[in-house]
Amino acid sequence: MAESNWTPDQPMVSAKDVHKSFGSLEVLKGVSMDVMKGECVCVIGPSGSGKSTFIRCINGLNDIQSGSITVEGQEVNDPKLDKLSLRKKVGMVFQQYNLFPHKNAIENIMMAPVLVLKEDKDEVEARARELIRKVRLEGKEEAYPGELSGGQQQRVAIARSLAMRPDVMLFDEVTAALDPETVKEVLTTIRDLAEEGMTCILVTHEMGFAREVANQIYFTDRGVIVEHGPPATFFKEAKDPRTKEFLSQIL
Amino acid sequence: MIRRIPGLDTKAATDLAVLHPFDPNGSTAPDGLLVSRWMAKLPLWTPLALAALIFAWPMAALAQNFTYGDAFDTLLRWMPFLIKSGFLFNVLISFFAMLIGTLLGTALGLGQISLNPVVRWFAWAVTQTFRNSPWLVLLFIVLLAFPFEIVIGTVIIPVPDWMKAVVGLSLPVMANISEIVRGAVISVPTAQWEASESLAFSRTQTLWRIILPQCFKRMIPPWMNWYAILTMATPLCSLLGVEELLTLTRQAMEGADNHPELLVPFYSFALLIFFLYCYPIARLTIRLERRFMVKL
Repeated sequence: MAESNWTPDQPMVSAKDVHKSFGSLEVLKGVSMDVMKGECVCVIGPSGSGKSTFIRCINGLNDIQSGSITVEGQEVNDPKLDKLSLRKKVGMVFQQYNLFPHKNAIENIMMAPVLVLKEDKDEVEARARELIRKVRLEGKEEAYPGELSGGQQQRVAIARSLAMRPDVMLFDEVTAALDPETVKEVLTTIRDLAEEGMTCILVTHEMGFAREVANQIYFTDRGVIVEHGPPATFFKEAKDPRTKEFLSQIL
Repeated sequence: MIRRIPGLDTKAATDLAVLHPFDPNGSTAPDGLLVSRWMAKLPLWTPLALAALIFAWPMAALAQNFTYGDAFDTLLRWMPFLIKSGFLFNVLISFFAMLIGTLLGTALGLGQISLNPVVRWFAWAVTQTFRNSPWLVLLFIVLLAFPFEIVIGTVIIPVPDWMKAVVGLSLPVMANISEIVRGAVISVPTAQWEASESLAFSRTQTLWRIILPQCFKRMIPPWMNWYAILTMATPLCSLLGVEELLTLTRQAMEGADNHPELLVPFYSFALLIFFLYCYPIARLTIRLERRFMVKL
Protein backbone atom coordinates (compact mmCIF):
# COMPACT_ATOMS: atom_id res chain seq x y z
CA MET A 1 0.00 0.00 0.00
CA ALA A 2 0.96 3.60 -0.53
CA GLU A 3 1.27 4.42 3.15
CA SER A 4 4.65 2.72 3.43
CA ASN A 5 6.09 5.33 1.08
CA TRP A 6 5.09 8.20 3.30
CA THR A 7 7.87 10.15 4.98
CA PRO A 8 7.41 12.91 7.55
CA ASP A 9 8.66 15.57 5.17
CA GLN A 10 5.61 14.98 2.98
CA PRO A 11 2.22 16.45 3.91
CA MET A 12 0.57 14.41 6.65
CA VAL A 13 -2.87 15.27 5.36
CA SER A 14 -3.17 16.15 1.72
CA ALA A 15 -6.39 16.98 -0.10
CA LYS A 16 -6.46 17.50 -3.84
CA ASP A 17 -9.44 18.83 -5.74
CA VAL A 18 -12.00 17.27 -3.41
CA HIS A 19 -15.59 17.24 -4.63
CA LYS A 20 -18.45 16.22 -2.39
CA SER A 21 -22.20 16.34 -3.00
CA PHE A 22 -25.20 15.52 -0.92
CA GLY A 23 -27.63 14.46 -3.61
CA SER A 24 -27.78 17.32 -6.09
CA LEU A 25 -26.27 19.79 -3.65
CA GLU A 26 -22.55 20.18 -4.27
CA VAL A 27 -20.95 21.09 -0.96
CA LEU A 28 -17.27 20.91 -1.86
CA LYS A 29 -16.22 22.13 -5.30
CA GLY A 30 -12.57 21.31 -5.53
CA VAL A 31 -10.91 21.79 -2.17
CA SER A 32 -7.13 21.34 -1.87
CA MET A 33 -5.05 21.56 1.27
CA ASP A 34 -1.71 20.28 2.56
CA VAL A 35 -1.04 19.92 6.25
CA MET A 36 2.48 19.11 7.39
CA LYS A 37 3.30 17.14 10.51
CA GLY A 38 3.07 19.31 13.60
CA GLU A 39 1.12 22.05 11.89
CA CYS A 40 -2.04 23.58 13.27
CA VAL A 41 -4.47 24.62 10.57
CA CYS A 42 -7.67 26.59 11.10
CA VAL A 43 -10.48 26.49 8.58
CA ILE A 44 -12.82 29.46 8.82
CA GLY A 45 -15.72 30.65 6.76
CA PRO A 46 -19.45 31.37 6.82
CA SER A 47 -21.98 28.69 7.79
CA GLY A 48 -22.76 26.28 5.02
CA SER A 49 -19.47 26.85 3.26
CA GLY A 50 -18.56 23.17 3.58
CA LYS A 51 -15.82 23.40 6.19
CA SER A 52 -17.33 20.81 8.56
CA THR A 53 -18.09 18.49 5.67
CA PHE A 54 -14.49 18.77 4.57
CA ILE A 55 -12.94 17.67 7.85
CA ARG A 56 -15.52 14.88 8.19
CA CYS A 57 -14.24 13.62 4.83
CA ILE A 58 -10.71 13.40 6.22
CA ASN A 59 -11.58 10.51 8.53
CA GLY A 60 -14.07 8.96 6.16
CA LEU A 61 -17.28 9.89 8.01
CA ASN A 62 -18.42 11.38 4.70
CA ASP A 63 -17.27 9.90 1.43
CA ILE A 64 -16.15 12.08 -1.48
CA GLN A 65 -17.21 11.94 -5.10
CA SER A 66 -13.92 12.82 -6.72
CA GLY A 67 -10.46 14.08 -5.91
CA SER A 68 -8.18 12.60 -3.33
CA ILE A 69 -7.51 12.87 0.37
CA THR A 70 -4.49 11.13 1.82
CA VAL A 71 -3.51 10.73 5.46
CA GLU A 72 0.13 9.72 5.81
CA GLY A 73 0.00 8.61 2.21
CA GLN A 74 -3.07 6.42 2.72
CA GLU A 75 -5.85 7.24 0.27
CA VAL A 76 -9.14 7.90 2.10
CA ASN A 77 -11.22 7.70 -1.07
CA ASP A 78 -10.04 4.16 -1.82
CA PRO A 79 -12.95 1.68 -1.75
CA LYS A 80 -10.55 -0.93 -0.34
CA LEU A 81 -9.55 1.44 2.45
CA ASP A 82 -9.44 -0.10 5.89
CA LYS A 83 -11.45 2.60 7.67
CA LEU A 84 -10.43 1.30 11.06
CA SER A 85 -6.72 1.72 10.35
CA LEU A 86 -7.39 5.25 9.09
CA ARG A 87 -9.39 6.16 12.18
CA LYS A 88 -6.69 4.88 14.50
CA LYS A 89 -4.49 7.61 13.04
CA VAL A 90 -7.09 10.37 12.97
CA GLY A 91 -8.79 11.60 16.13
CA MET A 92 -11.95 13.66 15.92
CA VAL A 93 -13.76 15.94 18.34
CA PHE A 94 -17.32 17.07 17.63
CA GLN A 95 -19.32 20.21 18.27
CA GLN A 96 -21.81 18.31 20.45
CA TYR A 97 -19.08 16.38 22.38
CA ASN A 98 -20.85 13.04 21.70
CA LEU A 99 -19.57 11.34 24.82
CA PHE A 100 -21.08 7.95 25.54
CA PRO A 101 -23.71 8.82 28.16
CA HIS A 102 -23.76 5.36 29.76
CA LYS A 103 -20.07 5.45 30.65
CA ASN A 104 -18.26 7.74 33.07
CA ALA A 105 -15.39 10.00 32.04
CA ILE A 106 -12.56 7.53 32.56
CA GLU A 107 -14.49 4.70 30.89
CA ASN A 108 -15.23 6.96 27.92
CA ILE A 109 -11.50 7.50 27.54
CA MET A 110 -10.54 3.86 28.09
CA MET A 111 -13.10 2.14 25.87
CA ALA A 112 -11.49 2.53 22.46
CA PRO A 113 -7.89 1.63 23.43
CA VAL A 114 -9.08 -1.44 25.33
CA LEU A 115 -11.66 -2.68 22.83
CA VAL A 116 -10.17 -1.53 19.54
CA LEU A 117 -6.41 -1.55 20.14
CA LYS A 118 -6.70 -4.49 22.60
CA GLU A 119 -4.26 -2.80 24.95
CA ASP A 120 -3.72 -3.83 28.53
CA LYS A 121 -6.46 -2.43 30.74
CA ASP A 122 -4.21 -1.25 33.58
CA GLU A 123 -1.86 0.47 31.19
CA VAL A 124 -4.75 2.21 29.46
CA GLU A 125 -6.19 3.29 32.79
CA ALA A 126 -2.89 4.87 33.82
CA ARG A 127 -2.77 6.69 30.50
CA ALA A 128 -6.42 7.78 30.85
CA ARG A 129 -5.74 9.27 34.28
CA GLU A 130 -2.73 11.08 32.85
CA LEU A 131 -4.95 12.48 30.07
CA ILE A 132 -7.58 13.58 32.58
CA ARG A 133 -4.86 15.56 34.36
CA LYS A 134 -3.71 16.97 31.07
CA VAL A 135 -7.17 18.35 30.26
CA ARG A 136 -7.37 19.64 33.85
CA LEU A 137 -10.26 17.49 35.03
CA GLU A 138 -8.73 15.80 38.09
CA GLY A 139 -11.46 14.51 40.37
CA LYS A 140 -13.98 14.12 37.55
CA GLU A 141 -12.81 10.62 36.57
CA GLU A 142 -15.96 8.91 37.81
CA ALA A 143 -18.43 11.57 36.69
CA TYR A 144 -20.93 10.70 33.98
CA PRO A 145 -21.28 12.99 30.96
CA GLY A 146 -24.67 14.13 32.26
CA GLU A 147 -22.98 15.45 35.38
CA LEU A 148 -20.36 17.50 33.54
CA SER A 149 -20.64 20.97 32.04
CA GLY A 150 -20.31 21.43 28.30
CA GLY A 151 -16.71 22.56 28.56
CA GLN A 152 -15.81 19.64 30.81
CA GLN A 153 -17.52 17.18 28.47
CA GLN A 154 -15.63 18.62 25.53
CA ARG A 155 -12.31 18.20 27.35
CA VAL A 156 -13.18 14.58 28.15
CA ALA A 157 -13.96 14.16 24.44
CA ILE A 158 -10.53 15.54 23.57
CA ALA A 159 -8.89 13.18 26.05
CA ARG A 160 -10.92 10.30 24.63
CA SER A 161 -9.56 11.00 21.16
CA LEU A 162 -6.01 11.43 22.44
CA ALA A 163 -6.14 8.07 24.22
CA MET A 164 -5.98 6.43 20.79
CA ARG A 165 -2.63 8.22 20.24
CA PRO A 166 -3.67 9.67 16.89
CA ASP A 167 -1.25 11.40 14.53
CA VAL A 168 -3.78 14.03 13.49
CA MET A 169 -6.59 15.63 15.47
CA LEU A 170 -9.69 17.06 13.80
CA PHE A 171 -11.78 19.60 15.70
CA ASP A 172 -15.21 20.32 14.26
CA GLU A 173 -16.42 23.63 15.75
CA VAL A 174 -15.66 22.24 19.17
CA THR A 175 -16.45 25.47 21.01
CA ALA A 176 -19.55 26.47 19.06
CA ALA A 177 -21.97 24.97 21.59
CA LEU A 178 -20.20 26.33 24.68
CA ASP A 179 -20.72 29.33 26.93
CA PRO A 180 -18.22 32.12 26.32
CA GLU A 181 -16.58 31.45 29.72
CA THR A 182 -16.01 27.76 29.04
CA VAL A 183 -14.72 28.31 25.51
CA LYS A 184 -11.40 29.41 26.97
CA GLU A 185 -10.74 26.24 28.94
CA VAL A 186 -11.25 24.10 25.83
CA LEU A 187 -9.13 26.35 23.63
CA THR A 188 -6.34 26.27 26.22
CA THR A 189 -6.34 22.49 26.01
CA ILE A 190 -6.13 22.59 22.22
CA ARG A 191 -3.38 25.19 22.29
CA ASP A 192 -1.33 23.01 24.65
CA LEU A 193 -1.74 20.15 22.20
CA ALA A 194 -0.68 22.24 19.22
CA GLU A 195 2.33 23.50 21.13
CA GLU A 196 3.36 19.91 21.89
CA GLY A 197 3.50 19.34 18.15
CA MET A 198 0.21 17.56 17.53
CA THR A 199 -1.01 18.00 13.98
CA CYS A 200 -4.37 19.75 14.31
CA ILE A 201 -7.05 20.75 11.85
CA LEU A 202 -9.73 22.97 13.35
CA VAL A 203 -12.95 24.27 11.97
CA THR A 204 -13.59 27.27 14.15
CA HIS A 205 -15.17 30.66 14.55
CA GLU A 206 -12.65 31.70 17.20
CA MET A 207 -10.64 34.26 15.25
CA GLY A 208 -8.53 35.22 18.24
CA PHE A 209 -7.51 31.63 18.72
CA ALA A 210 -6.83 31.15 15.01
CA ARG A 211 -4.63 34.20 14.92
CA GLU A 212 -2.70 33.13 18.00
CA VAL A 213 -2.22 29.39 17.42
CA ALA A 214 -2.67 28.52 13.75
CA ASN A 215 0.22 28.09 11.34
CA GLN A 216 -2.10 28.38 8.37
CA ILE A 217 -5.60 29.79 8.00
CA TYR A 218 -7.90 28.67 5.21
CA PHE A 219 -10.98 30.68 4.34
CA THR A 220 -13.75 28.72 2.66
CA ASP A 221 -16.87 30.01 1.00
CA ARG A 222 -19.49 28.11 -1.01
CA GLY A 223 -17.43 24.97 -1.27
CA VAL A 224 -14.09 26.42 -2.35
CA ILE A 225 -11.04 27.69 -0.52
CA VAL A 226 -11.03 31.36 -1.31
CA GLU A 227 -7.62 32.08 0.13
CA HIS A 228 -5.16 30.92 2.73
CA GLY A 229 -2.01 32.04 4.45
CA PRO A 230 -0.29 32.36 7.80
CA PRO A 231 -2.35 34.40 10.27
CA ALA A 232 -0.08 37.43 10.24
CA THR A 233 -0.65 38.08 6.55
CA PHE A 234 -4.13 36.56 6.33
CA PHE A 235 -5.75 38.94 8.79
CA LYS A 236 -3.88 42.04 7.65
CA GLU A 237 -3.70 41.62 3.92
CA ALA A 238 -6.70 39.64 2.82
CA LYS A 239 -6.96 40.00 -0.94
CA ASP A 240 -10.26 38.48 -1.92
CA PRO A 241 -13.35 40.67 -1.41
CA ARG A 242 -15.26 37.73 0.11
CA THR A 243 -12.58 37.23 2.74
CA LYS A 244 -12.55 40.94 3.49
CA GLU A 245 -16.29 41.04 3.89
CA PHE A 246 -16.29 38.00 6.18
CA LEU A 247 -13.49 39.36 8.32
CA SER A 248 -15.11 42.76 8.57
CA GLN A 249 -18.27 41.16 9.89
CA ILE A 250 -16.63 38.87 12.38
CA LEU A 251 -13.79 41.02 13.78
CA MET B 1 -49.40 24.40 -4.22
CA ILE B 2 -49.03 23.97 -0.50
CA ARG B 3 -46.14 25.87 0.96
CA ARG B 4 -43.68 23.66 2.77
CA ILE B 5 -42.49 25.05 6.08
CA PRO B 6 -39.12 23.68 7.21
CA GLY B 7 -39.41 22.12 10.64
CA LEU B 8 -43.16 21.72 10.28
CA ASP B 9 -43.81 19.51 7.28
CA THR B 10 -40.30 19.09 5.94
CA LYS B 11 -37.04 18.30 7.67
CA ALA B 12 -35.73 21.22 9.67
CA ALA B 13 -32.49 22.84 8.60
CA THR B 14 -31.07 22.49 12.10
CA ASP B 15 -31.59 19.91 14.81
CA LEU B 16 -32.51 22.66 17.23
CA ALA B 17 -36.06 22.99 15.89
CA VAL B 18 -38.51 23.78 18.65
CA LEU B 19 -41.37 22.15 16.80
CA HIS B 20 -40.70 18.59 15.74
CA PRO B 21 -41.77 17.72 12.21
CA PHE B 22 -44.65 15.31 11.92
CA ASP B 23 -43.21 11.84 11.63
CA PRO B 24 -45.62 8.91 11.74
CA ASN B 25 -42.91 6.74 13.30
CA GLY B 26 -41.36 9.38 15.54
CA SER B 27 -42.36 11.24 18.67
CA THR B 28 -45.67 12.24 17.16
CA ALA B 29 -46.55 8.62 16.31
CA PRO B 30 -49.56 6.90 17.82
CA ASP B 31 -48.82 5.74 21.34
CA GLY B 32 -47.34 2.26 21.42
CA LEU B 33 -48.12 1.78 25.09
CA LEU B 34 -51.82 2.51 24.72
CA VAL B 35 -53.02 -0.66 26.44
CA SER B 36 -50.74 -0.27 29.44
CA ARG B 37 -51.34 3.45 29.70
CA TRP B 38 -55.09 3.04 29.74
CA MET B 39 -54.93 0.22 32.25
CA ALA B 40 -52.39 1.91 34.50
CA LYS B 41 -54.59 4.98 34.75
CA LEU B 42 -57.25 3.01 36.57
CA PRO B 43 -57.10 3.69 40.30
CA LEU B 44 -55.64 1.09 42.64
CA TRP B 45 -59.06 0.11 44.03
CA THR B 46 -60.36 -0.90 40.56
CA PRO B 47 -59.55 -4.61 40.94
CA LEU B 48 -61.34 -4.67 44.29
CA ALA B 49 -64.34 -2.83 42.92
CA LEU B 50 -64.53 -5.17 39.95
CA ALA B 51 -64.31 -8.22 42.17
CA ALA B 52 -66.97 -6.85 44.46
CA LEU B 53 -69.21 -6.11 41.50
CA ILE B 54 -68.84 -9.58 40.05
CA PHE B 55 -69.51 -11.30 43.35
CA ALA B 56 -72.24 -8.94 44.44
CA TRP B 57 -74.18 -9.32 41.24
CA PRO B 58 -75.38 -12.92 41.78
CA MET B 59 -76.18 -11.94 45.37
CA ALA B 60 -78.47 -9.19 44.15
CA ALA B 61 -80.17 -11.63 41.85
CA LEU B 62 -80.55 -14.06 44.71
CA ALA B 63 -83.91 -12.64 45.76
CA GLN B 64 -85.57 -13.31 42.42
CA ASN B 65 -83.95 -16.45 41.24
CA PHE B 66 -82.48 -19.02 43.54
CA THR B 67 -80.17 -20.57 40.97
CA TYR B 68 -77.90 -17.50 40.95
CA GLY B 69 -76.90 -18.38 44.44
CA ASP B 70 -76.17 -21.88 43.24
CA ALA B 71 -74.13 -20.43 40.40
CA PHE B 72 -72.03 -18.51 42.87
CA ASP B 73 -71.50 -21.62 45.00
CA THR B 74 -70.52 -23.58 41.91
CA LEU B 75 -67.99 -20.92 40.93
CA LEU B 76 -66.46 -20.93 44.43
CA ARG B 77 -66.08 -24.71 44.20
CA TRP B 78 -64.41 -24.55 40.81
CA MET B 79 -62.22 -21.56 41.53
CA PRO B 80 -59.06 -23.32 42.80
CA PHE B 81 -59.16 -25.70 39.85
CA LEU B 82 -59.68 -22.88 37.32
CA ILE B 83 -56.74 -20.96 38.73
CA LYS B 84 -54.33 -23.85 39.24
CA SER B 85 -55.03 -25.89 36.13
CA GLY B 86 -56.33 -23.12 33.90
CA PHE B 87 -54.85 -19.72 34.48
CA LEU B 88 -51.40 -20.95 35.45
CA PHE B 89 -51.29 -22.66 32.09
CA ASN B 90 -52.11 -19.35 30.39
CA VAL B 91 -49.21 -17.81 32.28
CA LEU B 92 -46.96 -20.68 31.22
CA ILE B 93 -47.93 -20.24 27.56
CA SER B 94 -47.36 -16.50 27.79
CA PHE B 95 -43.90 -17.06 29.35
CA PHE B 96 -42.71 -19.39 26.63
CA ALA B 97 -44.27 -17.40 23.80
CA MET B 98 -42.63 -14.26 25.19
CA LEU B 99 -39.27 -16.02 25.51
CA ILE B 100 -39.29 -17.29 21.93
CA GLY B 101 -40.75 -14.04 20.61
CA THR B 102 -38.10 -11.99 22.39
CA LEU B 103 -35.17 -14.06 21.15
CA LEU B 104 -36.35 -14.24 17.56
CA GLY B 105 -37.64 -10.66 17.61
CA THR B 106 -34.31 -9.28 18.80
CA ALA B 107 -32.49 -11.11 16.01
CA LEU B 108 -35.06 -9.86 13.51
CA GLY B 109 -34.87 -6.29 14.82
CA LEU B 110 -31.09 -6.28 14.47
CA GLY B 111 -31.57 -7.74 10.98
CA GLN B 112 -33.73 -4.72 10.15
CA ILE B 113 -30.80 -2.37 10.75
CA SER B 114 -28.24 -4.58 9.01
CA LEU B 115 -26.00 -2.99 6.39
CA ASN B 116 -26.70 -5.95 4.10
CA PRO B 117 -29.74 -4.95 2.02
CA VAL B 118 -30.87 -8.57 1.56
CA VAL B 119 -30.86 -9.25 5.30
CA ARG B 120 -32.52 -5.92 5.95
CA TRP B 121 -35.26 -6.53 3.42
CA PHE B 122 -35.88 -10.07 4.62
CA ALA B 123 -36.12 -9.00 8.27
CA TRP B 124 -38.41 -6.15 7.33
CA ALA B 125 -40.71 -8.40 5.27
CA VAL B 126 -40.95 -11.04 8.02
CA THR B 127 -41.62 -8.36 10.62
CA GLN B 128 -44.36 -6.66 8.63
CA THR B 129 -46.00 -9.95 7.68
CA PHE B 130 -46.38 -11.21 11.22
CA ARG B 131 -47.05 -7.81 12.73
CA ASN B 132 -50.01 -7.22 10.45
CA SER B 133 -51.61 -10.66 10.45
CA PRO B 134 -54.58 -11.75 12.57
CA TRP B 135 -53.30 -13.72 15.54
CA LEU B 136 -55.97 -16.39 15.31
CA VAL B 137 -55.14 -17.12 11.67
CA LEU B 138 -51.47 -17.48 12.58
CA LEU B 139 -52.44 -19.86 15.38
CA PHE B 140 -54.46 -22.06 13.06
CA ILE B 141 -51.71 -22.12 10.43
CA VAL B 142 -49.18 -23.24 13.02
CA LEU B 143 -51.61 -25.80 14.40
CA LEU B 144 -52.23 -27.34 11.00
CA ALA B 145 -48.76 -26.91 9.54
CA PHE B 146 -46.86 -28.36 12.49
CA PRO B 147 -46.65 -32.16 12.79
CA PHE B 148 -48.19 -33.66 15.91
CA GLU B 149 -44.97 -35.57 16.49
CA ILE B 150 -41.38 -35.21 15.40
CA VAL B 151 -39.57 -38.43 14.46
CA ILE B 152 -35.81 -38.42 14.79
CA GLY B 153 -34.56 -41.91 13.89
CA THR B 154 -36.48 -44.16 16.24
CA VAL B 155 -37.24 -41.47 18.79
CA ILE B 156 -40.71 -40.01 18.56
CA ILE B 157 -41.16 -36.64 20.20
CA PRO B 158 -44.83 -35.71 20.49
CA VAL B 159 -45.66 -32.05 19.93
CA PRO B 160 -48.66 -31.25 22.11
CA ASP B 161 -51.13 -28.60 21.03
CA TRP B 162 -50.04 -26.15 23.71
CA MET B 163 -46.51 -26.11 22.27
CA LYS B 164 -47.94 -25.27 18.88
CA ALA B 165 -49.97 -22.55 20.53
CA VAL B 166 -46.77 -21.17 22.07
CA VAL B 167 -45.13 -21.05 18.64
CA GLY B 168 -48.21 -19.51 17.05
CA LEU B 169 -48.47 -16.77 19.67
CA SER B 170 -44.73 -16.09 19.61
CA LEU B 171 -44.87 -15.09 15.92
CA PRO B 172 -46.78 -11.80 16.28
CA VAL B 173 -44.87 -11.08 19.49
CA MET B 174 -41.60 -11.64 17.61
CA ALA B 175 -42.62 -9.17 14.91
CA ASN B 176 -43.54 -6.51 17.44
CA ILE B 177 -40.36 -7.01 19.48
CA SER B 178 -38.47 -6.65 16.20
CA GLU B 179 -40.03 -3.22 15.76
CA ILE B 180 -39.23 -2.28 19.35
CA VAL B 181 -35.56 -3.16 18.86
CA ARG B 182 -35.35 -1.34 15.54
CA GLY B 183 -37.11 1.72 16.95
CA ALA B 184 -34.88 1.79 20.03
CA VAL B 185 -31.68 1.55 17.99
CA ILE B 186 -32.67 4.34 15.62
CA SER B 187 -33.75 6.47 18.57
CA VAL B 188 -30.10 6.80 19.58
CA PRO B 189 -28.71 9.95 17.91
CA THR B 190 -26.55 9.23 14.84
CA ALA B 191 -23.86 11.34 16.48
CA GLN B 192 -23.22 8.40 18.81
CA TRP B 193 -22.53 6.18 15.81
CA GLU B 194 -20.19 8.80 14.37
CA ALA B 195 -18.31 9.34 17.61
CA SER B 196 -17.87 5.62 17.97
CA GLU B 197 -16.83 5.14 14.34
CA SER B 198 -14.30 7.92 14.58
CA LEU B 199 -12.72 6.05 17.51
CA ALA B 200 -12.23 3.09 15.15
CA PHE B 201 -14.92 0.90 16.71
CA SER B 202 -16.25 -1.68 14.27
CA ARG B 203 -19.95 -1.67 13.51
CA THR B 204 -20.56 -4.70 15.71
CA GLN B 205 -18.65 -3.14 18.59
CA THR B 206 -20.54 0.11 18.14
CA LEU B 207 -23.87 -1.69 18.22
CA TRP B 208 -23.20 -3.89 21.24
CA ARG B 209 -20.96 -1.60 23.31
CA ILE B 210 -22.35 1.85 22.57
CA ILE B 211 -25.81 1.78 21.03
CA LEU B 212 -27.65 -1.14 22.64
CA PRO B 213 -26.58 -0.37 26.23
CA GLN B 214 -28.05 3.11 25.76
CA CYS B 215 -31.40 1.99 24.42
CA PHE B 216 -31.85 -1.21 26.43
CA LYS B 217 -33.83 0.50 29.17
CA ARG B 218 -35.98 2.26 26.62
CA MET B 219 -37.07 -1.12 25.28
CA ILE B 220 -38.36 -2.47 28.60
CA PRO B 221 -41.70 -0.61 28.88
CA PRO B 222 -42.90 -1.47 25.34
CA TRP B 223 -41.66 -5.00 25.86
CA MET B 224 -43.76 -5.34 29.01
CA ASN B 225 -46.70 -3.76 27.24
CA TRP B 226 -46.50 -6.54 24.67
CA TYR B 227 -46.29 -9.13 27.39
CA ALA B 228 -49.60 -7.89 28.81
CA ILE B 229 -51.18 -7.95 25.35
CA LEU B 230 -49.85 -11.46 24.76
CA THR B 231 -51.19 -12.71 28.09
CA MET B 232 -54.62 -11.35 27.29
CA ALA B 233 -54.45 -13.13 23.91
CA THR B 234 -53.69 -16.56 25.40
CA PRO B 235 -57.42 -17.55 25.66
CA LEU B 236 -57.27 -17.77 21.84
CA CYS B 237 -55.55 -21.10 22.45
CA SER B 238 -58.82 -22.52 23.73
CA LEU B 239 -59.94 -22.63 20.09
CA LEU B 240 -57.08 -25.05 19.46
CA GLY B 241 -58.29 -27.28 22.27
CA VAL B 242 -55.53 -26.29 24.66
CA GLU B 243 -56.71 -26.80 28.23
CA GLU B 244 -56.26 -23.28 29.50
CA LEU B 245 -58.52 -21.08 31.59
CA LEU B 246 -61.24 -20.49 29.02
CA THR B 247 -61.46 -24.13 27.97
CA LEU B 248 -61.67 -25.26 31.58
CA THR B 249 -64.23 -22.60 32.37
CA ARG B 250 -66.43 -23.96 29.64
CA GLN B 251 -65.87 -27.51 30.82
CA ALA B 252 -66.66 -26.55 34.41
CA MET B 253 -69.93 -25.02 33.32
CA GLU B 254 -70.80 -28.14 31.41
CA GLY B 255 -69.94 -30.15 34.50
CA ALA B 256 -72.50 -28.05 36.39
CA ASP B 257 -75.25 -28.88 33.88
CA ASN B 258 -74.80 -25.78 31.74
CA HIS B 259 -77.21 -23.57 33.66
CA PRO B 260 -77.47 -20.26 31.77
CA GLU B 261 -77.11 -18.56 35.16
CA LEU B 262 -73.49 -19.77 35.26
CA LEU B 263 -72.39 -17.78 32.22
CA VAL B 264 -71.94 -14.36 33.75
CA PRO B 265 -70.21 -15.35 37.00
CA PHE B 266 -67.83 -17.79 35.31
CA TYR B 267 -66.76 -15.58 32.43
CA SER B 268 -66.59 -12.54 34.66
CA PHE B 269 -64.28 -14.49 36.90
CA ALA B 270 -62.03 -15.28 33.92
CA LEU B 271 -61.95 -11.59 33.03
CA LEU B 272 -61.17 -10.67 36.59
CA ILE B 273 -58.17 -13.02 36.80
CA PHE B 274 -56.68 -11.62 33.60
CA PHE B 275 -57.24 -8.11 34.84
CA LEU B 276 -55.67 -8.86 38.23
CA TYR B 277 -52.61 -10.27 36.47
CA CYS B 278 -52.17 -7.54 33.85
CA TYR B 279 -53.07 -4.52 35.96
CA PRO B 280 -49.87 -4.52 38.09
CA ILE B 281 -47.81 -5.13 34.95
CA ALA B 282 -49.42 -2.13 33.28
CA ARG B 283 -48.77 0.08 36.30
CA LEU B 284 -45.16 -1.02 36.46
CA THR B 285 -44.76 -0.46 32.71
CA ILE B 286 -45.92 3.11 32.91
CA ARG B 287 -43.82 3.77 36.00
CA LEU B 288 -40.70 2.45 34.28
CA GLU B 289 -41.53 4.42 31.17
CA ARG B 290 -41.68 7.63 33.20
CA ARG B 291 -38.42 6.83 34.97
CA PHE B 292 -36.49 6.00 31.80
CA MET B 293 -37.93 8.92 29.89
CA VAL B 294 -36.08 11.43 32.05
CA LYS B 295 -32.71 9.87 31.31
CA LEU B 296 -32.84 10.62 27.63
